Amino acid sequence: MTRYFTDRLAKYIVSISGAVSFVILLAIAVFILKDGLPAFKEIGVFDFLFGTVWRPGQEQYGILTMIVGSVVVTIGSLILAVPLGIACAILLAEVAPFKVRQVLRPCVELLVGIPSVVYGLVGLVLLVPAVREIGGNGFSVLAASIVLMAMVLPTIISISEDSIRAVPPSYKEGALAIGATHWQTIRQVLLPAAKSGIGASIVLGMGRAVGETMAMIMVIGNSIVFPKTPLDPARTLTGNIAVEINYATGVHESALFATGIVLFIFILALNSIAVISLKRGTHAQTLT
Amino acid sequence: MVYIWGGGFITVLILLVVIGYVLVQGIPSITLDFLLTPPGGGLSGEGGISTVIVSTFYLVVVTIVILVPIGLGAAIYLAEYAPDNRLTRLIRYGVETLAGVPSIIFGLFGFALFVTALHFNFSILSGALTLVCLLLPTMIRTSEEAIKSVPYAHREGALALGVTRWQMVSRVLLPTALPGIVTAIILCIGRAIEETACLYVTLGGSAAMPSSLLSGGRTLSLHVFYLAMETRAFDKAMATGAVLIITIIAINTLTNWLSYRFQKRMRGTA
Repeated sequence: MTRYFTDRLAKYIVSISGAVSFVILLAIAVFILKDGLPAFKEIGVFDFLFGTVWRPGQEQYGILTMIVGSVVVTIGSLILAVPLGIACAILLAEVAPFKVRQVLRPCVELLVGIPSVVYGLVGLVLLVPAVREIGGNGFSVLAASIVLMAMVLPTIISISEDSIRAVPPSYKEGALAIGATHWQTIRQVLLPAAKSGIGASIVLGMGRAVGETMAMIMVIGNSIVFPKTPLDPARTLTGNIAVEINYATGVHESALFATGIVLFIFILALNSIAVISLKRGTHAQTLT
Repeated sequence: MVYIWGGGFITVLILLVVIGYVLVQGIPSITLDFLLTPPGGGLSGEGGISTVIVSTFYLVVVTIVILVPIGLGAAIYLAEYAPDNRLTRLIRYGVETLAGVPSIIFGLFGFALFVTALHFNFSILSGALTLVCLLLPTMIRTSEEAIKSVPYAHREGALALGVTRWQMVSRVLLPTALPGIVTAIILCIGRAIEETACLYVTLGGSAAMPSSLLSGGRTLSLHVFYLAMETRAFDKAMATGAVLIITIIAINTLTNWLSYRFQKRMRGTA
């Protein structure tokens, strides 16, 4: 009975591709740990994480400046993107008539699809000279934050919109029935009910911002200094890896992998927070 | 309310500035000549993008050829075969986690395994294998969704006729889910074209015509990066960027059209 044979064969093949995928995922973790952990041992966890001097030539590897750089641009981009993104999400979920939504939604989708180098290029050509007018040499935390804002907006908009839409209609009807205006309903009923989803969207946006590489290299200047004002240059963790990996050897290379581990832990923590917050949101809504 | 409309307005404005600026600056320089001549000697910024288009195409084809069998197989396994035990939950968790990991970390991995340990050096092969790892979560998740969205009655109907499970999967589920699976593949092609960071550290960036799997290359997005950062040839960078954006818009439109048809089909047969 060949068809039973085929059936069993297919089952094995399909199971094997499942296993292969899992092995690949595992291999990624193993390889990065294997190459990065020696650096922690060599340099010392404390010196590596809190050292402020990164001079591979002199065997000094401290990534605190880069951690600060990443954190600062991420916060900067969120300060710009969160108010805009939530406004846009409310617009899409509640306020806009059908026609406006049909224009706006593809725009948001397209924002996701634009390659990060294109954002970087536009930032380099338009933003950097504009920032230079204000002060400094233009390659700055400010320019980087604005570029990142455009890149995290779609994440914040689409997940916030979904969570506002997921609020049971009875909430809205109840609010309107007791005489609240549309705006009062949005602010005092819908947004609080959707707050865990909106929170998750911000955390996921944060993850995207921390992980962004190419656009950051292009506009942030990549100098290893603590930025004191938004007009100062900085360097991010991702930029540090990308700029130096091609010529690094020995401890230097290992230190870059260790930078990758730090980045990975950041992202893992952010994603877990987002997942928990989303789950709690749906749980709260199904309870009522 | 002004605040809310303002948010939407600014979002559209950002899109218009980014896309509009690149297209307006870039499209005038896109000529047949630009598309068909190789980039002139290394870093000069002269010439066109012919070899870059070939490299991009080459890389995408190799990536998809490796990615689709593994990803689709894993998706079928997770959707139809996998028992609900600790191992499958672990696989699912792994897939979900990796979907959020930044590109540069995949780049590090590709650099350590393919470029260094396996001695593929900076090459199309290294780049493609790295991309496979990066895209695997997307491919698995999207095609698993497509397979799962086939109405349950289809499965029961087929099994009631006495076919084996594989016959049910291959003759009923896969053909019905095909547009969804094609959408998943196109989505991955789009992301492969957009991707830069993980290729920056695995592909090498040679502007020469790739002759084999082991020759280096640069994709359109990498070319934009090199032109802007090393050559400072902004006009060429804009033109390449415009080609890139037009490609992405075409891919987006195709995906939307396909998934619209897929949803219609699912509703029609449910």
